Amino acid sequence: MDEVLRVENLKTYFTAHDGVVKAVDDVSFSVHPGEVLGLVGESGSGKSMTCRSIMRVVPPAGRIVGGHIYYGGEDILTWPDSRLKAFRGSEVSMILQEPMTALNPVLSVGEQIVETIVEHESIARTDALERAIELLRLVGIPGPERRVKEYPHEFSGGMRQRAMIAIALACRPQILLADEPTTALDVTIQDQIIRLVQSLQAELGMGVVWVTHDLGVVAQICDRVAVMYAGQIMESADVIELFENSRHPYTHGLMESIPRTGSRQGQLIPIPGQPPNLLNLPPGCPFAPRCRYATEECQAQRVSLREVSPGHLSACIRFEEIWD
Amino acid sequence: MDKASYIIGRLLQMIPTVFAITVLVFLMVHLIPGDPATIMLGLKATPEKIEMLTQHLGLDKPLVVQFGIFLRNLARGDMGDSLVSRMPVFELLKRRLPLTLFLAGYAATLAILMAVPLALISALKRDSLIDQTIRAITVAFLSTPSFWVGILLLIVLGVKIPLFPVGGIGENFSQRLYYLFLPALTMALHLASILTRNLRDGIIATLASEHVVFARTKGLNERLVLLKHVIRNAIVSTLTLLGVYMSWLVGGSVIIETVFALPGVGWTMVQAITGRDYPVVQALTLTFGILVSVVYLLTDIVYSFLDPRVTL
Amino acid sequence: MATITQTQKRVGIARPDLQGLVRLSRRNPALIIGIVMVTLIFLLAIFGPALAPYDPIETNYSAALQPPNADHWLGTDKFGRDIFSRILYATRVNLKIGVICVTFPFMFGVIAGCISGYYGGLVDTLLMRLVDISVAFPFYVLVISILAILGPGVRNMYIALSIVGWIAYAKLVRGEVLIAKNLEYVLAAKALGYSDLRIMASHLLPNIINSAIVFAMSDVVLCILAGSSLGFLGLGVQAPTPEWGVMIADGREYITSAPWLSFFPGLAIAIVGVSFSLLGDGLSSFLRPTDR
Repeated sequence: MDEVLRVENLKTYFTAHDGVVKAVDDVSFSVHPGEVLGLVGESGSGKSMTCRSIMRVVPPAGRIVGGHIYYGGEDILTWPDSRLKAFRGSEVSMILQEPMTALNPVLSVGEQIVETIVEHESIARTDALERAIELLRLVGIPGPERRVKEYPHEFSGGMRQRAMIAIALACRPQILLADEPTTALDVTIQDQIIRLVQSLQAELGMGVVWVTHDLGVVAQICDRVAVMYAGQIMESADVIELFENSRHPYTHGLMESIPRTGSRQGQLIPIPGQPPNLLNLPPGCPFAPRCRYATEECQAQRVSLREVSPGHLSACIRFEEIWD
Repeated sequence: MDKASYIIGRLLQMIPTVFAITVLVFLMVHLIPGDPATIMLGLKATPEKIEMLTQHLGLDKPLVVQFGIFLRNLARGDMGDSLVSRMPVFELLKRRLPLTLFLAGYAATLAILMAVPLALISALKRDSLIDQTIRAITVAFLSTPSFWVGILLLIVLGVKIPLFPVGGIGENFSQRLYYLFLPALTMALHLASILTRNLRDGIIATLASEHVVFARTKGLNERLVLLKHVIRNAIVSTLTLLGVYMSWLVGGSVIIETVFALPGVGWTMVQAITGRDYPVVQALTLTFGILVSVVYLLTDIVYSFLDPRVTL
Repeated sequence: MATITQTQKRVGIARPDLQGLVRLSRRNPALIIGIVMVTLIFLLAIFGPALAPYDPIETNYSAALQPPNADHWLGTDKFGRDIFSRILYATRVNLKIGVICVTFPFMFGVIAGCISGYYGGLVDTLLMRLVDISVAFPFYVLVISILAILGPGVRNMYIALSIVGWIAYAKLVRGEVLIAKNLEYVLAAKALGYSDLRIMASHLLPNIINSAIVFAMSDVVLCILAGSSLGFLGLGVQAPTPEWGVMIADGREYITSAPWLSFFPGLAIAIVGVSFSLLGDGLSSFLRPTDR
């Protein structure tokens, strides 16, 4: 099947006072139309920065230093600014975690939708406004004719997130990058938003990259998953394969630390140790300091992804010994 | 809460403060140690004159009654007569206040014209040489007495290179702009320094904010993003302080008018204090107080139009 | 991006050794320059009079209105007094204004703000009314109104500047106390039964004092400027005492013929002002690194 986005060996580094932070370090994955790829990891794992790199909105202190991002057969990292502007917002869109800060508080919600439409399509403002109203209806906001003139602070949290989705989908993008869109929401609202994205995806045939640290969300919405740690991918697989047959100590650690109800109750086993200091990463596997299976080889040798089974990759050099 | 209710609400809020100011100003004269009439007459005091002045100013009546008279007179526009010139203070005000207001407005305009582009450049090229230079210059102006800057400008642009007149205020509007350029510039340099620093911080904060990132992900034109999303938000946050800055401008007139010998209310006040002309001091203090309250009110109203989050 | 921002916000605390000092000066040049200059200024204030070549008040009409030359490095004024000596003597005068008019308002204002913010109630309402009134007047108008009542002079100027000055500290500290008093470590202290005084002194104050100190630095600049402005207007320090503002006023009538009379005193004020501003900026970065 044709992939709509392919990321290859992406590297995004930040220069700080006393060193280099490798926020995204040799990350590769692909996204197909109609599929949801989950990017899972703790804070600082590089998942948000990967999305921002794809959008090329990396903060000024950082730079994309290597790799390729293929869209429509071309490497967008080679594109000039003018081409990127046409790309952002119309081919690829992004939704962010906190809609209250992502939406401009002094502009009306309608205006923020209209400006996107008007930027990418030669269409009259009045028509764009009509479309904005329709979009608000599409994302399930009641009374859109009235709402379109209101300001973000007049919306509730869930509504704001819906509004942000409306903005993101205004130009019918091929790819949606969702950076922890439900993390700040109540569980019930979270569920609504997930279902909304699923239905919209079915309708528009988009590829979705869903960033989260919540494995429950992953189970609900993702088709494929990539697990990230310290800027690198540790494991990637289909979602069911990942949950049933994961082959990386970090993924296992994540799953074991989720509280469960019902018959499978037991002790919660947190992952020991501290989150990695991205300035001083050890040379080998970044997870080695906290891994109960780590050997000297793990700490010395730079990891790369190897196939466990078709479609399932793991960065653990010992996965055969540990699990088979 | 619609705009009209908001404005009325703010006006009502102003009343207690204005009242308190009035009471304080009224009490000013009576706070002076010693008998007010004696002090006012100074060296010319004789028992008969003291008696006459006391009666004339009603200083022998109980305080509350005096206050009542004070208020009643105020309502009629009667703020007493100057002890020095015997002219009604109100007349004095009418003649001199417009100049001070013109100067303040002129200085504010110049300051904004200087501050906005400087802050923008400074923020966009953060930590570069030009940013550091701008910041150094603003620190220098803020730490330097404005009256000295005024004198320097007089020396350099008025005397050494006679570009601007050293005295006078001009006959009509365009002449005013020319004659008052140096004093307005003096005040504007100081004000622009604070504004630039503040606006720069605001723009930097806004540039880093999530909604600018989001706007970029929508593929918006960079200049559009700048204007619509960055500057507007940054200005809105600086505007809250504009009221304070305006009040500074009004207060700064006291010094600048003295430096440039301009017949505005600031200069009048200083003269009145050295000349022990208490009715004038009293009236001018009251005027300044009310002026500042009005400025705050106006700034708040303007702000409420710019930021939709503001409600009563 | 927790770890990235963490590493970007790392603070270097100065270790008392040369290496630490060098690192600090590279990271925070304002602080080092500020400290050096302010120390120099204080030294000048203390020892200046001893260094001055001439008496600052004694007149010498034969030497009047000389431009800067070998005998009088910065020239002489209309009374023949040496400008350089007068500026040196004035350092003490002006610095005294800055120190006195900040120290008392600082102490009083911080305590008042603490009590007001902590207890609330009538005291707090009263303070807020005072703040409203003081905010309603421009700073200079308020100060000279008070001087109108008290009469011009140095002592009255101290009083006037202090009366107006303490309110800003009280407002600042009150604001911080209002936030801090609901933080968990304070609630914990209360639950442990600590007395109010102990909470205020050992829990609230140390965390709030930083903002007050940074503010005090800019207040010193403000007070020195105010003192010289009032001197200029003739309402503060009175002639013949050497004070920079008074000297500038003296020089005004000779702007065209003897501009050095007004130039050098103003330069002195500017240098002192910039030094304290640098110190304030440096302290601000040092004490509150996350705010930059």
